[in-house]
Amino acid sequence: MKYDVCVIGGGPAGMAAALEARKNGSSVIILERDVKLGGILNQCIHNGFGLHYFKEELTGPEYASRFVKMVEETDIKVVLEAMVIGLTPDKVVTAVCPTEGVFTVEAKSVILAMGCRERTAGAIQMPGSRPAGIYTAGMAQRMMNIEGYRVGKKVVILGSGDIGLIMARRMTFEGAKVQMVLELMPYSSGLKRNIVQCLDDFDIPLHFAHTITRVVGKDRLEGLYYAEVGPDRKPKLETEKFVECDTLLLSVGLIPENDLISNVDIKMSPITTGAVVDEYRQTSIPGIFSCGNVLHVHDLVDNVSAEGTIAGEYASKYAKGELATSETSYKVNATNGVRYALPQSVYSGEGKVKVYFRVGDVFKNAKLIVKCGDEVIYSKKKMIFTPGEMESVELDKSKITGDIELSLEK
Amino acid sequence: MFDVIVIGGGVIGCAVLDTLQKYNTKCLLLEKYDDVSCGASRANSGIVHAGYDCVPNTLKAELNVKGCKMMKELANELHVPYVNTGSLVVTTKNGRAGIEELYNKGIQNGVDVEIIGRDRILEIEPNVADDIELALYAKDAGIVSPYKLTIALCDHAILNGGEVKVGEEVVNVEKVADKFVVTTASGNKYEAKVVINCAGAGSMKLNKAIGAEVYEETFRRGDYFVLDQQEKAHINTVIFPLPDEKGKGILVAPTADGNVIYGPTSVVVEDGEDKSVSLDGLDQIRAGVAKTYKNANYRKVIRLYAGVRHVVGDDFVIEFSKKLQNYITVTGICSPGLTSAPAIGEKVKDMVGEIIELTAKETLVPNPEHPRFVNLSTEELNEKVKEDPRWGRLICRCEKVTEAEIVAAIHAPLPAKSVDAVKRRTRAGMGRCQGGFCGPRVIEIIARELNIPITSVKKDNGNSEIAIGKLKEIEYEI
Repeated sequence: MKYDVCVIGGGPAGMAAALEARKNGSSVIILERDVKLGGILNQCIHNGFGLHYFKEELTGPEYASRFVKMVEETDIKVVLEAMVIGLTPDKVVTAVCPTEGVFTVEAKSVILAMGCRERTAGAIQMPGSRPAGIYTAGMAQRMMNIEGYRVGKKVVILGSGDIGLIMARRMTFEGAKVQMVLELMPYSSGLKRNIVQCLDDFDIPLHFAHTITRVVGKDRLEGLYYAEVGPDRKPKLETEKFVECDTLLLSVGLIPENDLISNVDIKMSPITTGAVVDEYRQTSIPGIFSCGNVLHVHDLVDNVSAEGTIAGEYASKYAKGELATSETSYKVNATNGVRYALPQSVYSGEGKVKVYFRVGDVFKNAKLIVKCGDEVIYSKKKMIFTPGEMESVELDKSKITGDIELSLEK
Repeated sequence: MFDVIVIGGGVIGCAVLDTLQKYNTKCLLLEKYDDVSCGASRANSGIVHAGYDCVPNTLKAELNVKGCKMMKELANELHVPYVNTGSLVVTTKNGRAGIEELYNKGIQNGVDVEIIGRDRILEIEPNVADDIELALYAKDAGIVSPYKLTIALCDHAILNGGEVKVGEEVVNVEKVADKFVVTTASGNKYEAKVVINCAGAGSMKLNKAIGAEVYEETFRRGDYFVLDQQEKAHINTVIFPLPDEKGKGILVAPTADGNVIYGPTSVVVEDGEDKSVSLDGLDQIRAGVAKTYKNANYRKVIRLYAGVRHVVGDDFVIEFSKKLQNYITVTGICSPGLTSAPAIGEKVKDMVGEIIELTAKETLVPNPEHPRFVNLSTEELNEKVKEDPRWGRLICRCEKVTEAEIVAAIHAPLPAKSVDAVKRRTRAGMGRCQGGFCGPRVIEIIARELNIPITSVKKDNGNSEIAIGKLKEIEYEI
């Protein structure tokens, strides 16, 4: 098969990218590993999606279905149950599916849109036993919202990531007792609105600076010991307490799922663990683009779609040989409280460019400063910056005449 | 009426059963869990030890060396992952005496060992710690997948006429006239001429209950880290420190299934089934690994596990009961028990041969090969997909396991009926996402293939169901 643009992943990022690439005149194929398009949105049956993109509040499946419909109205080729197993720098994509077996797609541009996976009990080195009843929040969400089954009655949630918070409310709705949320850090990694709407509204306590010290239970989870942690994040065993539970949900972080490109020589960011990209969401290999949660983990699907759109537009331009290479590239650096900024480079030119960033800690009454050399080209004061909320700034390109730097002034 | 009943479906029980099934015997294996390989056989280091550290002239020395020699061919026959990696016992310049002592034992045990210096060590394993100067190199050592070996032995025994009943915990063994009546917790009774206790951590409890010989036992738990497959690029061989009184020490090793492990600790515990990992144990492993290996990467940890060694004195115990005629106890099979398993099978078979006449079968049914997606060429795979589209449906993304492989495991001679049973056979769920994505799909396939409700599919044993009920179906009280 030969296509101008091959999109790997048919979630919100991949669909937005594919649509934009098609709109720009490219032939497009989407390779999706699941039985339907939509990705993780299909299991996010709560509302709150689309406020920015569609200017209305939708559930995950509603948001997804709008994009699926748009895709279906085009001649974008969609292959479902297609797992990509290989990618070469010259953009030959190898995949396998039940109808075709192993097949290859030769593309001019490739868009990586594989999403992310959840960090597991093993990855966080959780001590104790390994009985049934321990799920990543997303797996429990799938069991409930897609398969239609209950997974537990007395619940503890470790980690205050958004899926965990959403699941606290979801399980409460289904009659389970969510006893507490434990968060290792002194702040939440989830959105403020989710803490209010999913925990506070249901009187579910959130214990900051706490972690699990031992899981108990032979076949099924029986309970767990938890303790306060010190500034070094190590548990203070003298504060250890026991709580009985039959279910533990883990919402301890999302990891961009870049395993596919581990053997392709694409420059990766150690902080986002996604690719390093330019303003066009192009990786260090020209013609390979990345967008959505495989690039960096987002809070809002609206931003994912916007990022997919950028990648799709420029992937199409690249496929047509129209992507200018003569522009001057400037680095976007993050420092002093700003954990990362993305894209990691921007080009000289006209108009505006949006730079997304996350902070590394909670900062109150701080000022974001963007400098180009010694000159401050942007500043914004905010009452609070938290690691759980991705921020963005829109910059005038005309002011960018050299490498820029984002930092916080406390 | 069976000729022989084997109690316990660990690697020893399954090796004994399989060895006996090579003869014209009618044998039954009873396992208390819902699958074989649920005890120490699934949670150990998976090392095929060369046999240099056993005290000469012990059962351990004899059976280890013999088992090591048998393992390569056995694994090959049964299609079990095995790699002849060799092993290194490494030390700083202060450890020469210890290395020489091991060397001498090795020579006495008939093991091919040599003492090598840093240059040779680096050729074999570039990532040993910087102050490592000396090593004992045993080229015959290797790694094997311990649970896959156990399962393959079990399947092979079944294909050759053996019977295996899981979920059958033996609670009593009674001598009635000249035969045994074995009673299980579910009330079933089975009769046999010979009974062999291979119940591992439960073996002494059983002997005590039925009035056979009881020895003082100790349980030593060992914690482990499992690392992502990517870490395998950094390690070629098994690296041990010098052994001490607690055991062989904390090792760094590739696994035959493709991961890397760090561990084990050695902590005395009360409960032979205590498989919980401790914070303290993990710290001990980190400290231990740092002494021998310089490339430890805890960011690549994907799983922790613990297993319990069953220790009875200094040697294996494999003996006829003096109290119950024709009752054989096999106990205290701690390290190097996995390596010794095939040799223990032979030894026990010879003991059974003293009671019943054994005639070797002329032909044996071989284990079918279980091809894996990852090992097939594109042509082979497309051939398979044409016949069965399930070969093109990847269920486990991390380990690349297809629906066809999962279905084959569910319909194997000993069917895989739980998520963990499927995992042990196919590796679905053993990768970096730990079943986060494939778990619900594996549950669905098990339910479909076994024609049982989703709510009956267990993670492992006991009450380990994953879905506890349908949404909105029932009201319940907290």
